[in-house]
Amino acid sequence: MNPAYRRHHPKWYRARMPIFWWFRKAAYFRFIARELTSVFVAYSSVLLLVQLRAVAAGPEALARFTAWLHLRPVVALHVVVLLALLFHTVTWLHLAPRAIVIRLGRRRVPDVAVLLGHYGAWLAASGLVVWLLRL
Amino acid sequence: MPQTVTIEIRRYRPEEEAEPTWQRYEVPFWREWMVLDALNYIKDHVDGTLSFRWSCRMGVCGSCGMMVNGNPALTCATYLETLVPGPVQVEPLRGFPVIRDLVCDLTDFITKLQRVQPWIVRETEGTPAQGEYRQTPDELAAYRPYAMCINCLLCYAACPIYELEPGFLGPAVIALAQRYNLDSRDQGREARMDVLSEHDGIWACTLVGECSTVCPKHVDPAGAIQRYKLDAAVAWVKALVLPRSGR
Amino acid sequence: MTGRRLREPGLWLLFSAGGTLAALFLPVLAAVLWVAPALGWLAAPAHDVLAAAARSVAGRLFLTGLIVLALFHWAHRFRYTLYDGLQLYHLNQLIAVLTYGVATVLSVAAGVVVWR
Repeated sequence: MNPAYRRHHPKWYRARMPIFWWFRKAAYFRFIARELTSVFVAYSSVLLLVQLRAVAAGPEALARFTAWLHLRPVVALHVVVLLALLFHTVTWLHLAPRAIVIRLGRRRVPDVAVLLGHYGAWLAASGLVVWLLRL
Repeated sequence: MPQTVTIEIRRYRPEEEAEPTWQRYEVPFWREWMVLDALNYIKDHVDGTLSFRWSCRMGVCGSCGMMVNGNPALTCATYLETLVPGPVQVEPLRGFPVIRDLVCDLTDFITKLQRVQPWIVRETEGTPAQGEYRQTPDELAAYRPYAMCINCLLCYAACPIYELEPGFLGPAVIALAQRYNLDSRDQGREARMDVLSEHDGIWACTLVGECSTVCPKHVDPAGAIQRYKLDAAVAWVKALVLPRSGR
Repeated sequence: MTGRRLREPGLWLLFSAGGTLAALFLPVLAAVLWVAPALGWLAAPAHDVLAAAARSVAGRLFLTGLIVLALFHWAHRFRYTLYDGLQLYHLNQLIAVLTYGVATVLSVAAGVVVWR
């Protein structure tokens, strides 16, 4: 609120925003959860980097890294990481049609088509990784 | 079906109290009634001191927006029936200073709206003799969804960023700027971009998305802001790669 | 204001590009590299396969892009989460320096690890 108003209208009531405003509504909480997936994205990048170092150091180092991956608390953590990453992907792909407006000739491509295109890209990217790692 | 329903109203009488208080009213329950009908019943038959704004009663004027059970809603378009058994809580719109009871001051919105020049801007105005600026149905369709805005400000009440950052232009202002930007007759895009690309313009938005959820006219301000960010970013890259090409 | 106007679109582009790459590639990488082998659903990728993928030029370019952009995605999003979520407006500058700073330092580390 414009602070200048207070000077001219001292009697107008202004509600204060609580610090934990994101508990006020399910939608706000979902929003904060979505934003916090970024922490798991950063964690994944760093872990990827650690694994790349292990790969570069040779099979023994990679084996040590893999053994660490099998520890129970680490497995639990990575299940949470995977769920958060999936939440990031789904929310991100669903927001894409809001920002991207594609026109084919005079017609606007419907949002559903843009969304399906993004899901297709996700499928293709996942398939590519699986194929490259020969799983 | 209940015979009566309890309405709890957030009242604020600045000459009597420093903080708003809840007041309970019992009103008859009719299936056909909107929340606004209950408020009018209270005003007419129970307590004439209650203050609130309303006008058209048909979801067009945009003056009866209030928080109903914590969600921004047009009280003229919210059936009591969907809220029974009560109590139904009615509060003034969030994010705006309360003048009295359910009446807010909306000056901040009006001031910000004027900054984005929500009208058709032309470099040189034609004369009436030259005729109207013509437009095809496709050109109309490009901006029409954004033209549906009735300035009811439910989107502001739904937006936590507006409440947190007083300078933020807010959903409806940006959607209305986009309405004119996308209009084939308009030439004011550059001037609006200067206002919109400030930090308090599009970049303050973190896409909570509630503005679009509560909009009674399906305007999708959140989408308008995202499209605008993408446009601004593309323009920024172009200016970086081709600094000579102007904008 | 002008400084802001120059920075915001660039930071938003990094954020968006990182968000998109992370959305497309991180779930499958996390599943295949970390979760599925640990749960016994899949065999872990062999060392020579991983080493070959990580040493190819395309692999290096992809990994650098993914890791660096994902880090800047985090920096931008987390900065606003702290800023709005906890109402730390007075710490705006500090938060920006810390988040983008951490992303920059880790990006340099990524460059060293991937291209060494």
